[in-house]
Amino acid sequence: MNLLSVSHLHVNFHMKKQELAALIDVSFTLNRGERIAIVGESGAGKSILGFSIVNLIGKPGYIESGSIKLENKELTTMNLRQLQEVRGKRIAMIFQDPMMTLNPVLTIGDQLVETIRSHTKISYKDARNIAIEKLHNVQIASPEKRFDQYPHELSGGMRQRVIIASVLLLNPDIIIADEPTTALDVTIQAEILQLLLAICRDNGVALILISHDLGVVSKVAERTLVMYAGHIVEEGPTLEIINDPQHPYTQGLLNALPQMTLPGQRLNQIQGSMPSLTERPSGCAFHPRCPYATQKPQFIYNGVSTVACFIIEDMLNEFSENEKEAL
Amino acid sequence: MLIFLLRRLMQACFVMVIISVISFSIQDKLGDPVQQMVAMTVSPEERNQLRNELGLNDGFFVQYWRFAKGAVQGDLGTSYYYKEPTLDVILEKLPATLELALCAIIIVILVATPCGVLAAIKPKHILSRLLMVISSIGLSVPIFIIAILMVYIFSIELNMVPSFGRGQTTEVFGLWESGLVTKDGLKHLLLPSLSLAIALMPIFVRLIRAEMMEVLQSEYIRFAWSKGLSAPRIYFVHALKNTMLPVITVGGIQAGTLVAYTILTETIFQWPGMGFLFMDAVSRVDTPLVSAYLIVVGGIFVITNTLVDLIYGLVNPTVRLASHGL
Amino acid sequence: MKYSKKDLIHPVSGSRWSHILSGFVGDKLAMLALIIFLFYCLVALLAPLVAPFDIVDPAFMDLMNSEIAPSWISGDSRFLLGTDAQGRDLLSVILYGTRLSLTIGICAVLIQATLGICIGLVAGYLGGRIDNFLMRCADIQLSFSNMMVAIVFLAIFQSLFGMARYQQLAMVILILVIGLTEWPLFARTIRASVLAEKQQEYVDAARVMGISSKRIMFRHILPNTLSPILVIFTVQIANAIVAEAALSFLGLGMPATEPSLGSLISEGFAYMFAGSWWICVIPSVTLIILILAMNLLGDWLRDHLNPRTYKD
Repeated sequence: MNLLSVSHLHVNFHMKKQELAALIDVSFTLNRGERIAIVGESGAGKSILGFSIVNLIGKPGYIESGSIKLENKELTTMNLRQLQEVRGKRIAMIFQDPMMTLNPVLTIGDQLVETIRSHTKISYKDARNIAIEKLHNVQIASPEKRFDQYPHELSGGMRQRVIIASVLLLNPDIIIADEPTTALDVTIQAEILQLLLAICRDNGVALILISHDLGVVSKVAERTLVMYAGHIVEEGPTLEIINDPQHPYTQGLLNALPQMTLPGQRLNQIQGSMPSLTERPSGCAFHPRCPYATQKPQFIYNGVSTVACFIIEDMLNEFSENEKEAL
Repeated sequence: MLIFLLRRLMQACFVMVIISVISFSIQDKLGDPVQQMVAMTVSPEERNQLRNELGLNDGFFVQYWRFAKGAVQGDLGTSYYYKEPTLDVILEKLPATLELALCAIIIVILVATPCGVLAAIKPKHILSRLLMVISSIGLSVPIFIIAILMVYIFSIELNMVPSFGRGQTTEVFGLWESGLVTKDGLKHLLLPSLSLAIALMPIFVRLIRAEMMEVLQSEYIRFAWSKGLSAPRIYFVHALKNTMLPVITVGGIQAGTLVAYTILTETIFQWPGMGFLFMDAVSRVDTPLVSAYLIVVGGIFVITNTLVDLIYGLVNPTVRLASHGL
Repeated sequence: MKYSKKDLIHPVSGSRWSHILSGFVGDKLAMLALIIFLFYCLVALLAPLVAPFDIVDPAFMDLMNSEIAPSWISGDSRFLLGTDAQGRDLLSVILYGTRLSLTIGICAVLIQATLGICIGLVAGYLGGRIDNFLMRCADIQLSFSNMMVAIVFLAIFQSLFGMARYQQLAMVILILVIGLTEWPLFARTIRASVLAEKQQEYVDAARVMGISSKRIMFRHILPNTLSPILVIFTVQIANAIVAEAALSFLGLGMPATEPSLGSLISEGFAYMFAGSWWICVIPSVTLIILILAMNLLGDWLRDHLNPRTYKD
């Protein structure tokens, strides 16, 4: 049985004049201990997807339809009290900017202990011991000292470690990490990523990594979902997607990686930018920027990955016609 | 922090010098002590001699220096009307004003905080909307009209509480005439402190609401939700503590308004405090008393502001820890 | 740096006014507030024509008529809202009082605005030490409440001039004191807008084209800071009227012979214990409605002119 299954999820933003669709018919599954990544440009809806799993989409967003199941419990219909049981304990989140994520007026210790104590009835002392142990696990030096400090006394990387520690406190089944390294220095990014990977692997925790960086994703995730303008446009094993991207958008994303460019050459880019929610193009949302665009897109399964694009079929047809001619 | 405090202190000194110059000039320009001291029959020559003896013919700065030296030693002149040192007269009235102001502040804190929080976390709730409407109206009703209406309704129409004076007071610790210990004193305190509180309330309810709403949008609150904390913990521990920082700052700024409001309240309720004394002194042209009041109020003002800074530092760890470094 | 033609054109044009106007039609409360305000202005302007009695007429005061209750209580149809302790028709006195209060309020705010806008523009545009000094002054001035400063200065003036002379000059002094004590609010807002506008390309462009600082400030930046000025202007008139009323109430403002709303309330308060509530309550209500309307108008303008909502 899947640990988490999202099916036909639609998320809308309720605006004064109209309803804007932020997620359209999103479906995917996550197995126990599996690490998947959600990739896309900013505005693709990947963060919204992450937040909607624990029903934390900020107003004016709301889940319009679809279901999110944790094992066999439906999350979308839960009340606040039931959700509180799930949040933190079963599904924990790591946010993008560690500078903004910790409350500036509470000590590190307070913020760790409260998490434990709100889910389990144990004494402050025991909770403190667990917290310090977890701080130790994320390789924070002298955790006893850090315990009584305030967030502003810690560096960005250190804070992200604290956040990872706080996420581990209750041994959750799933960690959703929303761009956990984007706000950090490049040198620290790799460290944090390694730490996250090691922790998930060692504890058998499933990970949903949200990122715009295919390079980051390739190191961590087993499976990758590519999102564009609220749709999942491609889904498959990470290696497959990186080595043989099907969707033109995925190809564009890969080409835009600096590693794909020779020294001295101009960086590749996808022409144009993501459409805003109000001006979503008809048909395939990517078609204004797609180098191959001609007609309407379709979902195609080529045996390994599912791809939402129509040109694949044409290419297949073309390919088979060529083959016929050759014969 | 140290630099911050030093700058604050300099500003305070600057303010005190300005106030003392102003109050000195009032005394200098308006009051002629000689006229107060001697009979009409005394000849101009004798008057002049007296002026010389008193140093009144010296230059402005020499006189100011003398005045400032006296002021630092607690000598702010003698009231024409009470024939007593002005500082004594004012300090005698200080407890009444302080009790009034403190009660009002306590009422404001106790009522405005929950109201503001409620309006912030449930902005669509009928009660919050009602609160916002009331506070909008409250913002438009001047304090003296609030006080007048309170007198009219509760004293004149309903005859529930007395409308003027301080009632029975008791000496506490031998230095404080308190109206807080007797039932009669409390009854007298009720209307003035309520009026003062109601006048200050709308600003704080709106401020707390606005700040709280902003804090609730922040990432750390979202993170707190994602940790599965209970709603009360998020609202009252995570959000409220952050909300209080700007509220404290504004509270400090409102200190001046509070002083002005006590003058109005005390005038209406004939509350025997400093503000009432001040207005009396103005109408009697008791210049030494007026200028002494200015200096005392300036002093209270500077002290309040420093206190507010200190409280801010205590609540805000960013400030507090910077001081450890220095 | 290159500038396209678009950068050189002011982002503001006449559209603001039509924007404000069109917004009014949709909002009933704002409309009501505007109508009330205009009504007050009209009545104040036409007070000598509308008032049933001539306030300057020596026959106006008649102690025989003192403290008559409003006509719906006393049945005396001569005085719609009754009479005050000196036998003056309350309606006429209130009309003239409103006229005085509004005049003082608007004049005082005009002074505030002129002073505040100049200081704010200079501080924001020149920046550096001048900015620092001016804003520190504004801070100190703000931290003393305006009311407190006004009370102190009026008290000083009163003792300086003596009661009789002070009462003759009361109106001018009130306008000056209220006008001079509340400039920091304007200055700060203007400074903030100037700092924001300074980043805009059209200001750079203007400077590159060799236009003088003064011209840039008044012709280019100032028009773009009009929205916040308009909001503060409305709210400050309300505040100035309240300040005037409070000062008059304390006996530091307009004398009883030439009453503003504040001095009417002050005078009436003494008679409230004798049962003549209307002398105090009716002017109070008049004042509250005026202030409420102005504050609503200010709130509405602030919401409506907010740059974030201004676009759509």
